Amino acid sequence: MEDKGYTFVPHEKPFKYTEDGLKVTRGSAWTGPGCHIGCGVLLYTDENDKLVKVEGDPENPFNEGRLCARCLALPETVNHEDRLKYPMKRSRDDRGKDKWERISWEEALDTIADKLIDIRDTYGPETVAFYQGTGRDIAAWITRLCWSYGSPNYIFGMSGMSCYLPRVAGCFATTGSFWLGDYSQQFAQRYKDPRWKRPDVILLWGNNPVVSNSDGLYGHWVVDLMKMGTKFITVDPRRTWLASKSEQFCQIRPGTDAALAMGMLKVIIDEELYDHDFVDKWCYGFDELAERVREFTPEKVEHITNVPAETMKEAARLFAKADSAIVQWGLAVDTTKEALPACQAISALFEITGNIDNPGGMISPPSILYYAGGWGDEFLDPEVAKKRIGLDKYSLLNFGFQVASTDEMLKTIETKQPYEMRAAWLQTTNFLTCTAPDPHRTIKAFRNLDFIVGVDLFMTPTLMALADIVLPAATYAERDGLRVGDGVQRGEAINKVTQVGEAKSDMEINLLLGKRLRPEAWPWDNVRDMFSYILEDAGVGMNFDELQEHAPAYIPFEYYKYKKGLLRADGKPGFETPTGRIELWSNFYNNAGLDPLPYFEEPSPGPLSTPELLDEYPLVLTTGARDFTIFHSESRQIEHLRAVHPDPIVQVNPATCRTYGISEGDWVWIENDRGRCKRKVEETLIVDENTISTDHAWWFPEGDPENLYDVFDLNINNLFQYIPGKSGFGCNYKTLLCKIYKA
Amino acid sequence: MAKYGILVDFEWCTGCHTCEVACQMENHLPTDRFGVKLAALGPWEISKNNWQHDNIPLFTNECNLCAHRVAKGKEPTCVKHCQSKCLVFGTVDELKEKMTDKSRQMLFIP
Repeated sequence: MEDKGYTFVPHEKPFKYTEDGLKVTRGSAWTGPGCHIGCGVLLYTDENDKLVKVEGDPENPFNEGRLCARCLALPETVNHEDRLKYPMKRSRDDRGKDKWERISWEEALDTIADKLIDIRDTYGPETVAFYQGTGRDIAAWITRLCWSYGSPNYIFGMSGMSCYLPRVAGCFATTGSFWLGDYSQQFAQRYKDPRWKRPDVILLWGNNPVVSNSDGLYGHWVVDLMKMGTKFITVDPRRTWLASKSEQFCQIRPGTDAALAMGMLKVIIDEELYDHDFVDKWCYGFDELAERVREFTPEKVEHITNVPAETMKEAARLFAKADSAIVQWGLAVDTTKEALPACQAISALFEITGNIDNPGGMISPPSILYYAGGWGDEFLDPEVAKKRIGLDKYSLLNFGFQVASTDEMLKTIETKQPYEMRAAWLQTTNFLTCTAPDPHRTIKAFRNLDFIVGVDLFMTPTLMALADIVLPAATYAERDGLRVGDGVQRGEAINKVTQVGEAKSDMEINLLLGKRLRPEAWPWDNVRDMFSYILEDAGVGMNFDELQEHAPAYIPFEYYKYKKGLLRADGKPGFETPTGRIELWSNFYNNAGLDPLPYFEEPSPGPLSTPELLDEYPLVLTTGARDFTIFHSESRQIEHLRAVHPDPIVQVNPATCRTYGISEGDWVWIENDRGRCKRKVEETLIVDENTISTDHAWWFPEGDPENLYDVFDLNINNLFQYIPGKSGFGCNYKTLLCKIYKA
Repeated sequence: MAKYGILVDFEWCTGCHTCEVACQMENHLPTDRFGVKLAALGPWEISKNNWQHDNIPLFTNECNLCAHRVAKGKEPTCVKHCQSKCLVFGTVDELKEKMTDKSRQMLFIP
């Protein structure tokens, strides 16, 4: 078996051992429940194989024994009485009604397969959409299911695909790679690896990593680095704990990120603080970029963003003068309508300062199974591939995740143009609660479909509203698997220790269904053989059984790949772009009819774009701030996690509370012309007087299933619409105008 | 016999609630009982660019320093799992020594 030279860490014990009468199994924590990382864990099970305790694995370099509340409370999640435990069906006429009937796996899979094959034969495979959400291990398995079935319509149920995908598509279009911060996560020795260098500066942009742990980043690494001396700059509408710890805090008006980045670029260029050598050799279009940002004077930027000119200038200087620096960017960049130009402007900060592929800068994450590209596109007929919804309108969909346009798909379902959609497969997504704007429009559209299947850990408002068949998915304690998610990958084994009801892993479900829909794409007898195949393909040098014993396996890594011809398919130095350079002026954007340079567009509605609305809707609303014990729409029924954050809250400045006659603990409505949602007030100086910030993805599992667990009273997306950016990517989820009043 | 305690370096506490939930799960406490509970101090502005903004884990009378774990040579679960590594378990003498190394620390002795 090929071995590409992976690095391992020593283990004191085998991966299964006993301790005080309990069985202990070492493994990785990647999902469900949802998460973006996958810490090393020790799972404790009793004599009945019941999961009773979870601890962090001190031997795993990723988290070094640490663990967050969500995994510590995992036994409560795994063993929860509300788990979906067996497949269920109900009549299509009963969508929205709690009229489920238990069925066998055999019946469920046969029914689904018969129906999908019938649709494929009668209407064409493109009429079935395969929807995923985020955080639960799914991208590889659902893309293979979708494409091997024959449909090009793999999709993520968020307007403008505004989470991760815009940054991935933007980075690929302009640099040929994705870039994320170098926290030494690619090395088994971590901070002690001599090749690594501590970043001097981390610029946190629209990301609160200690809470969100996104893009494969264990958030508390930033605290490790802060202790070691790294300086911080924070760009956020909220004064987070990290903002208070930062040298510079840019308390930005939501949605104006591109303007701030362009202002910082102007300072860096005017003051000659960029890396001249790197720009000369490896960047394309610098003069055009310099010309484009020329008008973004500190005064103008202050007017747009509310960030004081001096603060912005000092932040730009601190960042540019750093020996090495990270831009720790988050989905706040994705959740602006013009996400791609914002991404492009923020990327230019690390690009023109030469923080590319360097120790302590931005690195291109190595993969075992490339996460963003999907798995199994060779099974998709090239002619059918052209029918992917949105591809004719948005050519940037060719970069990164090969998704259909969510916005165009909704129109397709509604209008039956260019063809009529027949069915949807919903796996790891609760979009009516979490990601879909305008949930009333969304539910109405989906109810047109003939057939809907959902796969999840618990019943959700989305499945209660829409599904005809639900399949019970396993948590990570109930399944075997590989941690092949976002960020820097490493060979981690997820090891099954328990069984709840008849739940099956998402991978096993897809394997079993895939065998019925397209057997040649799913030649494996079981998921362990499938994982061994992937490991062999990646040159890990061991099969799944062996990886369970020896994981984690670290992928060989080197810096400055662009100098060595390791980033281009033709083996030449440089980047995988038309010019071979990082394109500050983008050929792909230009060819796609988009502006080749970064630009800023006022969010609308907003205080500067629609001042006439301010009398009725005086406050800027931002949404989606993460909470420590909650992952999107999950955890609401997990007692010890819900207790930490029992209610959906809105953070309001005390002065703003006085103005609107509300106070701490009041239930209020947040409202605009499209709708409203209910929240509890938290008075706090974390936000300024013009801005309020609220949680997303709330529902009450304790509520009435046939009222969809109160989701329509609680969903902040009632106020939002499907309006993507010009590229098809991005949507203003984090900026709107609203009013607030007592409920 | 040596006395034990937990040293809290609250300069680095992010308020992640790991200590609370780790303790509740380990010691089978219901949601309204805590061996350790976070207090949030701030944010408020003291002077320009100087904000009060801390999280402080406060230990309760329920905390016995995870005696059952310590007896087996393990650390209390809050210390082991603290994501900021801002809790240190040790003898009071050791911790008193450590306390003089830096500011913004508190010593808990049950």
